[in-house]
Amino acid sequence: MENVTQHSAAHYDPEASKLGMWLFIFTELLLFGGLFIVYSIYRFLNPVAFQLAGEELNVVIGAVNTIILLVSSMTIAMSTSALQQKNKKLTLFLLVVTIVLALVFLVNKYFEWGTKFHHGIWPGSPHLINDMSKGEILFFGLYFVMTGLHALHIIIGMIFIIVAAKRVQQGTVYADRPSLLENAGLYWHLVDLIWIFLFPLFYLIH
Amino acid sequence: MENEKHHIVPYRVYFYILLALITMTFMSIGIVHINLGGYSVLGALIFSTIKSTLVLTWFMHLKFDQPFLRIMVVFVILVFAALLFITYLDYFFR
Repeated sequence: MENVTQHSAAHYDPEASKLGMWLFIFTELLLFGGLFIVYSIYRFLNPVAFQLAGEELNVVIGAVNTIILLVSSMTIAMSTSALQQKNKKLTLFLLVVTIVLALVFLVNKYFEWGTKFHHGIWPGSPHLINDMSKGEILFFGLYFVMTGLHALHIIIGMIFIIVAAKRVQQGTVYADRPSLLENAGLYWHLVDLIWIFLFPLFYLIH
Repeated sequence: MENEKHHIVPYRVYFYILLALITMTFMSIGIVHINLGGYSVLGALIFSTIKSTLVLTWFMHLKFDQPFLRIMVVFVILVFAALLFITYLDYFFR
């Protein structure tokens, strides 16, 4: 073990990096999948209460947030194309747009939850426990847990994208080494994927 | 694709996918407002499934990645389907 030449270039394996990200995404899918199973069983057992409670939610805010997430998914997907075309400026611009859209999503969520709190609906609130049926309590419990967990993923995704954008700016993530940005993109699409199912199940009950 | 390590997807492809996704979002809002009874949930979920397939295939690059990733994704979806099926069996025939 004498005189082993040290290569200063760090080991880089894009395939393994992508595979690792996908394995993590699988665990996330099963986490939310479990919650969707809980939701479906309780909805089957309490169809009327879920319909009543679901009508409390604002379809317009839900639809606007859906479109915001879909557009942000497109912009981050485009940013990887821009990076591969060695267009750093456009890559950074698209990433900033993605982050701004994520922020708008969270602001909408803030106002949406704020309205619920204003109506006396939050987990364990007196209004919820005293005046509502078991099914409605379950609906709002699942609503706050699932959209809350999703919002947490939005925040983590934003941090992930900010780190990737910083590295693109520094030049350590570039056309031949795009893994970090691609993985940030994969994570962001996962967040989008979950919302694609959350939206109809919570906002579109009729 | 001999020497090409990364397939660069043109911007307009992503834009078309976005248009399809937004159209289906509005269609799923529309379908639940038509009175289909219990089928409206099914309709909305079918749209969600098509939408997520588009996201997985194009936005998440599965179309251009190595086949083993696609196989793994399908496998995980099947695992989830099995979990769903077994839970329902347990729940409804207890």
